[in-house]
Amino acid sequence: MDFYRAQVLICGGTGCTSSGATNIIERFEEQIQKNGLDKEVKIVRTGCFGLCEAGPVVIVYPEGTFYSRVRADDVEEIVNEHLIKGRIVQHLVYKDKGHEDEHHLALEEIDFYKKQKRIALRNCGVIDPENIDEYIAFDGYKGLAKALTEMKPEDVIQTVLDSGLRGRGGAGFPTGLKWKFAAASKADQKYMVCNADEGDPGAFMDRSVLEGDPHAVVEAMTIAGYAIGATEGYVYVRAEYPIAVKRLEIAIEQAREYGLLGKNIFGSGFDFDLFVRLGAGAFVCGEETALMASIEGLRGEPRPKPPFPAVKGLFDAPTNINNVETFANVPQIIINGADWFKSIGTEKSTGTKVFALGGKINNTGLVEIPMGTKLREIIFDIGGGIPNGKKFKAVQTGGPSGGCIPSELLDVPIEYDTLTQIGSMMGSGGMIVMDEDNCMVDIARFFLDFTVDESCGKCTPCRIGTKRMLEILERIVKGRGKEGDIEKLEALAKNIKATALCGLGQTAPNPVLSTLQYFRSEYEAHIKEKRCPAHHCQALLNYSITDKCRGCTACVKVCPVAAITGSVKEKHVIDAAKCIKCGSCVEKCRFGAIEKR
Amino acid sequence: MSEQKAKFAELQTAIDKHKEEKGALMPVLQAAQGIFGCVPMDVQEYIAEALDTTLSEVYGVATFYSQFSLQPKGKYVIGVCMGTACYVRGAQKVLDRVEKELNAETGATTKDGQFTIQSTRCLGACGLAPVMMINDEVFGRLTEDEIPGILDKYKI
Repeated sequence: MDFYRAQVLICGGTGCTSSGATNIIERFEEQIQKNGLDKEVKIVRTGCFGLCEAGPVVIVYPEGTFYSRVRADDVEEIVNEHLIKGRIVQHLVYKDKGHEDEHHLALEEIDFYKKQKRIALRNCGVIDPENIDEYIAFDGYKGLAKALTEMKPEDVIQTVLDSGLRGRGGAGFPTGLKWKFAAASKADQKYMVCNADEGDPGAFMDRSVLEGDPHAVVEAMTIAGYAIGATEGYVYVRAEYPIAVKRLEIAIEQAREYGLLGKNIFGSGFDFDLFVRLGAGAFVCGEETALMASIEGLRGEPRPKPPFPAVKGLFDAPTNINNVETFANVPQIIINGADWFKSIGTEKSTGTKVFALGGKINNTGLVEIPMGTKLREIIFDIGGGIPNGKKFKAVQTGGPSGGCIPSELLDVPIEYDTLTQIGSMMGSGGMIVMDEDNCMVDIARFFLDFTVDESCGKCTPCRIGTKRMLEILERIVKGRGKEGDIEKLEALAKNIKATALCGLGQTAPNPVLSTLQYFRSEYEAHIKEKRCPAHHCQALLNYSITDKCRGCTACVKVCPVAAITGSVKEKHVIDAAKCIKCGSCVEKCRFGAIEKR
Repeated sequence: MSEQKAKFAELQTAIDKHKEEKGALMPVLQAAQGIFGCVPMDVQEYIAEALDTTLSEVYGVATFYSQFSLQPKGKYVIGVCMGTACYVRGAQKVLDRVEKELNAETGATTKDGQFTIQSTRCLGACGLAPVMMINDEVFGRLTEDEIPGILDKYKI
């Protein structure tokens, strides 16, 4: 292996790639070549560093200097100053808000990373995901070696059971127990499946693991296959994740070359091979029985359980399905033991959880925190609070199956059970922050719109029930809400939850129920007073012209219904009866004189 | 017409590659979508025949998944992300502006066949919200005022 005096790590996750990381890499290669540094400096394209807000991100080792929002034109300066002269380019170094004078922050000193604990993301942003040797150098395939050469399948299951690891896809079923059930089924052929059909809007944890550390999933699936007696595995990935698919395919190919997949792995007599299957854009395929139908080449419709997949799953054979993040924890649990994993997190929710932090928050990105961390710590300490001095209103977890959590519950520790108690759920890990400008009724409508669109149509409660709920919500945000609408929503929600066939339908009413529970007054204001307290719902806004008006007549010309009157250099007036609330005048006004309320 | 012939030959290659696999229909349809840009009825009939299944089966799968479309799409497919993170940061305004600028609705293709407007599910680039994709190119941290300038680059 070659040794380099410096390494330049460039984030190659989707966020940074979208904001120009590929150009930056090319520019670095060009500059390194030009200055004859190619034997001294190595360029590594890694997975996601997590702090997407600061992207594109470049880290230079050995110093560990964290450069943020780098542009291709900055590359020459970094090469000339940092790599040649050894001087850190201060103006590109990431600075914490409020500590702008503290230069040269290393990764672990940055507020965003301080409270994090990385297990599933341990290699993301650290290694080159397309190089198996780098993974092996970071204890890669050590867990597999230990499992195959020192442990019996039942020991592997017991270790995972003792670790308390629960499914990271959302529902939190104990992973070890799932494996135990699948192991107990007798069959000639069993399957191991990885659910990478990450469909929750606002969630990208699984994608980052696949992009940043694909071998961890390959290794974990092989360990799990050994534990339950499966010889074949499928990874079902969203087609919308081209980088993840490519890196996963490279990883599988490399593992085959090294004999870490295929026949007689580590001379143990155990055979295992993996295949990638692409999703085709159906949210319901995240449900395990629908996912299996999709791999079989059918419409991705769920079926009733039992029989559970552990008994009758893919191609009617016993099957175990786990989510990407769940798998990413497994090799570490095997290497370090159940007690180590249990020492992190809380009694009933052990280990860590990855969240995709987004929405109205300063530090958007990917965070991994020990279970039991408070929501407040994630949003204000790690996430850096709400931008533009706005007030925090709610945080949404669990995607279309979850709920909105208000500020008075921010001190609740993050655990599977506590989140369910307060009407939300862990979900796969999307965490969207909303501020005072977001209307909670409209957010509920947004999620219902998603569910209606993604409902597979197989069962009546979900197909028709969610549609009726959406119609009521659309009516409310358009100012046509009626007395009794809230009660109707509640009754529909209760029935859909009790009778829908699969998880999609059973949890679809949650965004409505949780916003009704915590923000009922907003619903009432829409229905009774025809008013949107967040000034968001277009149909409920009233436009008026303030004293800032200079009488330029620009708004008069743009108004499509001639609702604005006034003479030149005098304050204009909007006729509320004529106004159709299109907002054209607000866009046109150069003086900020038109107010929406 | 020979262009069409070449496409069917390409499809046949994909079918030969996947035919023996379990659950071959999905990968074959995905290949067809890539080759033809859509999966019209004649392509579906061809696939049904080649995989020894029924047209109703193929049609059922092709219409179930949003990745497959029965009509051809525009030269440039614009996907405005309507994931939650983008939505709370004003993706609706971006989408409205795209519709207004191109004078076409979401799901439709412009009359000149240049653009198809879609509202997509989360693209996973939440750090850049609101986000839009035009074919494979991603535009992040958008404001509605940037839309006309971006679209101009694609107009003939």
